[in-house]
Amino acid sequence: MSYLPYAVAAWLFLIGLYGVISSRNLVHLIICVGVIQSSSYVLLLAVGYRTGAAAPVFVDIPVGTRAVDPVVQALMLTDVVVEVTVVALLLALAIQVHKRHGTLNPDELRKLKG
Amino acid sequence: MTRRIRQRFFLISAAALALCFVWGYADLPPFGHVSSSYANIVNAISVPQRHITDAVTAVNFDVRGFDTLGEEFILFTSVLGVILLMRRTKDEPAGDHEDKAPGRKVPPVSDAVRVTTLLLMAPTILFGWYIVVHGQVTPGGGFQGGVILSSAPLLLYLCGSYPKFRGAAAPRLIEIAEALGAAGYILIGGACVALGGLFLENLLPLGTTGTLTSGGMVPFINLGVGLEVSGGFTLILLVYLEELMEEKE
Repeated sequence: MSYLPYAVAAWLFLIGLYGVISSRNLVHLIICVGVIQSSSYVLLLAVGYRTGAAAPVFVDIPVGTRAVDPVVQALMLTDVVVEVTVVALLLALAIQVHKRHGTLNPDELRKLKG
Repeated sequence: MTRRIRQRFFLISAAALALCFVWGYADLPPFGHVSSSYANIVNAISVPQRHITDAVTAVNFDVRGFDTLGEEFILFTSVLGVILLMRRTKDEPAGDHEDKAPGRKVPPVSDAVRVTTLLLMAPTILFGWYIVVHGQVTPGGGFQGGVILSSAPLLLYLCGSYPKFRGAAAPRLIEIAEALGAAGYILIGGACVALGGLFLENLLPLGTTGTLTSGGMVPFINLGVGLEVSGGFTLILLVYLEELMEEKE
């Protein structure tokens, strides 16, 4: 059981990648990119977790209490906000693709290129 | 490359990648037993040396403040990209800013929704700023508070019509707020250099631990990030809603 969170992160990455490769719709593809990104959240939090440790907020616990890794949590926090805007950017690209070519299917897009 | 060949190709490379995962994880200590000396140091110094009780904020805006500057600008450029991509080109007609669905009437917003969203408006804004300014004391800060703040104008959209939302969101003002927030981070860092310190070195008095003014520069950086994130998210909402209005014509 002690390696389960790492396995979940790997699984999320691979299943997201499969979604990207087999996708027939750009919106679906963008959500799959989001799934790949969420594997990084699981991995970061899993690496920072320590059994029985407190949250790294020293308001009502004395300094020196065993706490989990604050560095990976800080990474994840900005990651979440940045991911949302990157997804918004990708969706804007998808809207432009639909306006120009009338389709969201990546396979049909390649045919258009000739 | 047909779909079948592509999927077979993926299966082979996915198996290889899975092996890489196993190889990479093999040397990792089991879940819950990873120990990083960097984490121990940050946890030990954030209160005595920085007067910041939330170690995550200490990492984000003080110890690794320079990295957060980079992450903030990923956000800034993404928002810029969304606005550029979604701008109206000359051959596209301008929307008339009214909710319309083809072939059916849009039911009016019920009074219950109107009253509830209007009542929620002020608490949402207050809560957003509360989270922004308490970043150095408890979990929170500019990123989280900014997202909460940007949901306030969305409540207006829910309770009324799009023109009201657009009026309240005041795109020009929001753009200025977002730019100020982004520039503020660099200006604060530059001010440190001008005062003879290093870029983003915490030069201000550290204040009393556990109060709003503790942490030296951190509250100011948090305010800037809060402005940037709330401005950026509101702009994205505006741009997408504008697009929705055009689609429905």
